[in-house]
Order: sequence, then C-alpha cells, then structure tokens
Amino acid sequence: MELTTFWFILIAVLWIGYLVLEGFDFGVGMLMAVLAQDDKERRVLLNTIGPVWDANEVWLLVAGGATFAAFPEWYATMFSGFYIPLLLILVALIVRIIGIEFRSKRPEASWRRNCDLAIVFGSVVPALLWGVALANIVRGVPIDSDAEYVGGFFDLLNPYGLLGGLVTLTLFLVHGTFFVALKTVGDIRERAISLGLRAGIIAGGLLTAFVLWTAGRDGSVAVWAVGAAVIGTYVAGMLNAVGRRDGWAFTGTAVSIGLLVVLLFAALFPDVMVSSLDPAWSLTTTNASSTAYTLTIMSWVAVAFTPIVLLYQGWSYWVFRRRIGVQHIPG
Amino acid sequence: MDILELSRWQFGITTVYHFFFVPLTIGLSVLVAVMQTKWHRSGDERWLRLTKFFGKLFLINFAMGIATGIVQEFQFGMNWSDYSRFVGDIFGAPLAIEGLLAFFLESTFLGLWIFGWDRLKPGLHLACIWIAAAGTVFSAYFILAANSFMQNPVGYTLNAERGRAELTDFGAVLTNKVLMATFPHQIFGCFMVAGAFVAGVALWHIMRRPDRDADAFRPAFRLGAVVLLAAGLGTMISGDFQGKVMTEVQPMKMAAAEALYEDAKPAPFSILTVGTLDGSKEVYKLEVPKLLSFLGTGSFDGEVRGIDSLQAEYQKTYGPGDYRPNIPVTYWTFRLMITTGGLAMLAALVMLWSTRGGRTPTSRWLLRSAIVLPLLPMVANSFGWIFTEMGRQPWVVFGLMPTSAGVSPGTTMTEIVLSLATFTALYGVLAVIEVRLLLRYVQAGLPQLEAPADPDDADAPLAFAY
Repeated sequence: MELTTFWFILIAVLWIGYLVLEGFDFGVGMLMAVLAQDDKERRVLLNTIGPVWDANEVWLLVAGGATFAAFPEWYATMFSGFYIPLLLILVALIVRIIGIEFRSKRPEASWRRNCDLAIVFGSVVPALLWGVALANIVRGVPIDSDAEYVGGFFDLLNPYGLLGGLVTLTLFLVHGTFFVALKTVGDIRERAISLGLRAGIIAGGLLTAFVLWTAGRDGSVAVWAVGAAVIGTYVAGMLNAVGRRDGWAFTGTAVSIGLLVVLLFAALFPDVMVSSLDPAWSLTTTNASSTAYTLTIMSWVAVAFTPIVLLYQGWSYWVFRRRIGVQHIPG
Repeated sequence: MDILELSRWQFGITTVYHFFFVPLTIGLSVLVAVMQTKWHRSGDERWLRLTKFFGKLFLINFAMGIATGIVQEFQFGMNWSDYSRFVGDIFGAPLAIEGLLAFFLESTFLGLWIFGWDRLKPGLHLACIWIAAAGTVFSAYFILAANSFMQNPVGYTLNAERGRAELTDFGAVLTNKVLMATFPHQIFGCFMVAGAFVAGVALWHIMRRPDRDADAFRPAFRLGAVVLLAAGLGTMISGDFQGKVMTEVQPMKMAAAEALYEDAKPAPFSILTVGTLDGSKEVYKLEVPKLLSFLGTGSFDGEVRGIDSLQAEYQKTYGPGDYRPNIPVTYWTFRLMITTGGLAMLAALVMLWSTRGGRTPTSRWLLRSAIVLPLLPMVANSFGWIFTEMGRQPWVVFGLMPTSAGVSPGTTMTEIVLSLATFTALYGVLAVIEVRLLLRYVQAGLPQLEAPADPDDADAPLAFAY
C-alpha cells in the first residue's frame, strides 16, 4: 500500500476515534439541558464523562497534528478555508471545557446555570459544525488553482452540508443518551433510553437521507455497501435500546458513527479536499502529502505508539466502568 | 493595521496567554507528585492534605492550559497557511508526535488521578500523577523541537518545485542545538514558576494564619523556595549556554537583546540603555565592560557582532530589506526576563532567611512579596518568549521564510478582526474567572481529610466529582 494511502486511512481512524468518543461527550453535554431535572442529575451526567472527556478530545488534536504532518496542503487549505466555522468550534470547545471543569468549583446557582449554558452551547455547536465541515469536504468547496479556499462561510451552509450537520448533531445526542444509559443507575437511566428512542427516530431519518444522498452522489459499490452498514448498525443499536441492552445499543451508535466516517472518507478518496470549481484543482493524497521520508518516520511512530495509547485509554474506561447515580454525588 | 499585523497580534496574544499557564502546569504536576510521594512513603497526612490542596489549584490552572491549547494547533493552519505549507513536512511531525505521545498520556492519566483516589491502589494512583507529569515534559520537548526549527532550521532541504522545506534528517531536528539549550532552560523556567507558586501560597498561609496548618505549610514553603532557587540556578546556567548558541546561530537576536549597534571586541553588557523611541540611537547607557563577550562567546575578549554590520551582511545574503527586529522590545523584554527571574530568587532567599528555625515573619512587605512572588517567574517566562520570538523577526523561519510570507493569503479583514476580538474578549473573561477561582481555593486552605469510603458499599459517594 502507498504510504499516502496508509496515512489517509490513519487520519480516517483518528476522526473515527474523535467523533465516536467526543460524540457521546457532546451528546451528554446537550442532555444537560433536556434530560437532567436538577443539579444532582446534571452532576451525574457530567461525571459519566468526567474522567475521560479530556482524553477523548485529544483525538482531535492528534487528527489535526497528523493532517499537518502527513498532508500539510490539506491542513493549510482546510483550516484557513473553514476559518469562521473553526473559530466557532474553538470558542465552543473553550467555553465547554471551562464549564465542565469549573462548574462544581462554586456553589452559586447562577454560576452553575452559566456553566450549563457553556456546556450545552459548547456541545451543540461543534456537534453541528463538524458534520457541516466533513460533508462539505466530500461535496466539494470552491478551491482555486493555488489550493486556496475562495468561498465564504455561507457557501458551507448548502443543503448537503446542513444535512450533514444535523446528522452529527442528532446522532451524537442519541449516542449520548445510550452512553448515559450504560453509565448510570436509577430514574435518569430510564429517561435516557426513552429519550434516545424518541430522538433516535429523527436521527435515523436524517442519517438515512444523508447516507442515500452521499452514496447516490458517489455511486460506487463500496460506498453503497458502507452506507448500508451505517444504517444497519444504527438500526441494530436502536433495536437493542428497545430491548434495554444498554451496552449493545451504545455499541450500535458507536459503530454506526465510525462507519459514517468511513463512508465519507471512502467517498472522498483519493481526494482529500474536492474543488467544486475544477476537479484538477482538488487536493489529493498525493499532491497534498508530505515526503516519503516524513511519512515513513511518522508511520513508525504511529505503529509503535497507537496500540499503547489504545491500551491505556481502554484501561481508564475499565477503571471507571461502574455506573453512577444521584446517590454517588458527594454533598 | 493590515491582516499580517493583526494575525501577528492574534498569535502573540493567544500564545502568550496560553503559555502563561503552561509552565505552572508542567512544574506543579511534578511538585504535586513529589508531595504525594512524600505522603505515600511516610504516611504523614500533612503531605496528603497538601497534595489535595495544591492538586486542586493545579487542576484549575490545567483547565486553562487545555482550553486555550487547541487554538494553538489550529491557528497555524487558520492564520498561517502558507507557513504551514512551507514547513508542514518538518514542523507537523513534532506536533503530531506531541499529541500522540504526550497529550494522550497527560489527559488519560490525569483523568485517572483526579477521579481515581478510590478506584486505584495507592501505588498505582501515585504512578498516574508521575506519568501525567512525564507527559507534560515530553510535550515541552516536542513543541520546542518544532519552535527550534524556526529559530535554527536544520535537517532539511529546499524543494524548489513544491516551494517548501522538506525533512531530510529527523534526528537533526530532535537534537537541534537550539533545542538542546532551550529545553533545559524552559524546564528550569517551569520549575521556577511552580516553586514560586508553592512558596508564595504557603508563606501567605504561614503569615496570615499562623495557627492554622502552619506545620504543613512550613515544609511546603521550604520545598517551593528550594525548588525555585535550584531551578533559578539551572535557568541561569542553561540561559548562559543558550546565549552562546544564540550568538552563534542568531547573532542578530543577541545584538538586538543588547541594543549593540556596532561590532565590539570586547563587548560590554548593557545594564540600562535609554534610546530614542525608534531604537536607532542611544541617549544614555550603563554597562559592564567585557561581560557580553563572555556571555556570548565564553571569552572576555570575544567579538560580538553588532546590529548594523549584521544588517549589511544580511542585505548581501538575502537581498534588500530590513533584517532588524524591534530593538526596544527585544532589549527590554530580555532585561525584564532576567530582572523578574532574579527578583524571584532574591525574594526566595529573603523568605527562607526570615522563616529560619520556625520563625513566623510579620513584615507587611514580606506578605506582599509572597503574593507577588508567583507572578514573577510567570512573567519572566512570558518576557523570555516575547524576546525570543520578536528577536527572530522579520523571519518566521530564520533565513528561510519571512513572517510576511507565512500569513494565510485567503484570510479576510473581517475574519481576522472577528477572531482577534473574540479571542481577546474571551481570554479576558477567562482570566478573571481563573484568578478568582484560584484565590478562592488558595484562601480556603488545606482540606480536611475524609474517611475513605467502604469499598464494598455500592452507594458510597465518589471520592471526587465534578
């Protein structure tokens, strides 16, 4: 396999890791507004992701760093082109971090309300905008012969991009409810599942429309096959939620989100950013890549350390496997 | 102001702000680990309470570092896309490795440490804070490797066809002589910050509340003060080494640090120079003969190049242009770095002396110094970085790419004004929140220990919860 293809796959893997993991963090963040009924329940929600949310977010930093290292042209064009959405995402992630970390550091109700607002805003905005951004990369954006993005912010808000955004927004919400169902005990767990099932119908409809649109645009058998798997695993997750099998319901949405990333990257390959102005101006795995020397070094580092990271991150989930409820929240 | 200048202001503001908190994170992670180790070994509960107290302050500070850290990685691409295209083949690798090797370690093991008090065996729990601390140090190494390439590009070749620098020797990038000097200098700088923080907070408690937990804050104060002094010594020695490397690879920066306009052999060290506002002429000066020669070359009679002759030489090498950094900024930040760092060490000595043999000092000046002390090495770090980055100008990669060529060509005025205003306002609000929280928890003092929960009780409250 070409090293550039290997790195394309690796970056897809990093996005899978990021969106599957922070996907439920965003979902839990949104649930602060709609599921929890009092301060104790909000703290239960927050503590389901407490020990792990930061490491989940590191997947984004590594995905960004890997794109910079392996495909500098891609990194440069995407990050400068998507300036406003990325600015919004950054602001959202910053206030969300502050909200999560500092919420319980002060007792005042007004302080906690503000933190909740920050967490909800900081979860909704990136959940929506990552979908918009990824969909647009696949759909194609105005990129000129110098690999410069020449569109504006509103060019990204086309029907396909917006649908992509609504898909990630609703999918992460459902993913979050199943995560909460898996990690909590008591009343909140029941309400999480029932909300997940209701929201899941909307998310499933949007997801199906998006998958059909994506596969229809692309037309290849492989993309259709992945698309079928995205919907299949999602439906399987929902059915397991109906049967109150929390672990399998969560696995269903997790795999479905992962496959959705596979779908988008499969539709994208061998391009990394499609130019809507002239296909010859699209960035590809070859014309946007680093040298073979850099990719070789990076490959060794990735091969040596990714398994170790997966092991200890997996272990941290094992350490905090216990379900929590309102009775576990200290005074 | 044009887009280039606004982009530079944004990078400067966001980076200085981000890095204001990072040295405390790096140094304090180790000091908290030391405190927990002392408790683990001795069973002395004072150290456990200190661990929890400083651990909480550490986490408040850590949150600011991670919140403002993502911006750092994104804005190379957002605002400096042509820079990213030019150096990505080299510069991206240490950034990606920093994420994979350091950030995952830090975030995962800090999560385990924060929430794991009742979930992990004591030895394993202690190991978590040490691993997280090691992660912060790895992180410093890789990001400094990336920065050192900008100061002194090594291990690369220029590919004219693709218009970029390409990596030929990763080992050379990781052993860049600027990196070898900057890394210890920076790590010592981090320990000065953490030592000053622990010493200042502890002394404030000893003086303001002598009858409350002074028996715990005394050893904490000594730990902080000794770390500050030892690290200060290390900072001086590594800084001296760094000065020699700088004289060799970036002579213009050394000349700018000293506002030395003409070649001098031997060269004096300027203690104070008052110049005209544009930095082109001096009005008054106070200097130590021959000292700069020694600092820059290791010999009291060594030659140190001046700004004017370097400017003439660079014009020959790189073509017409102004190759002088902003002299007043470099000159004053260099001095302020040394002064604030030195003052911190001096204060630590005075404080150690006035608390000798269990004395409780009452001087109001000393109390005020205790409050100011943590800030001194923090601003010294900021001044040092403003100096080193401003001293590299007009280059973004020394000798290879002018800063003006690195800025994103597609960024609009609206975008940069919007982002600069947003970050500045947001960071301002965050600073207020952070400082208030820190003060609140500093004043709260040592927490009382709670009896560990019964491990068999499924409904026992969490040892730590958000």
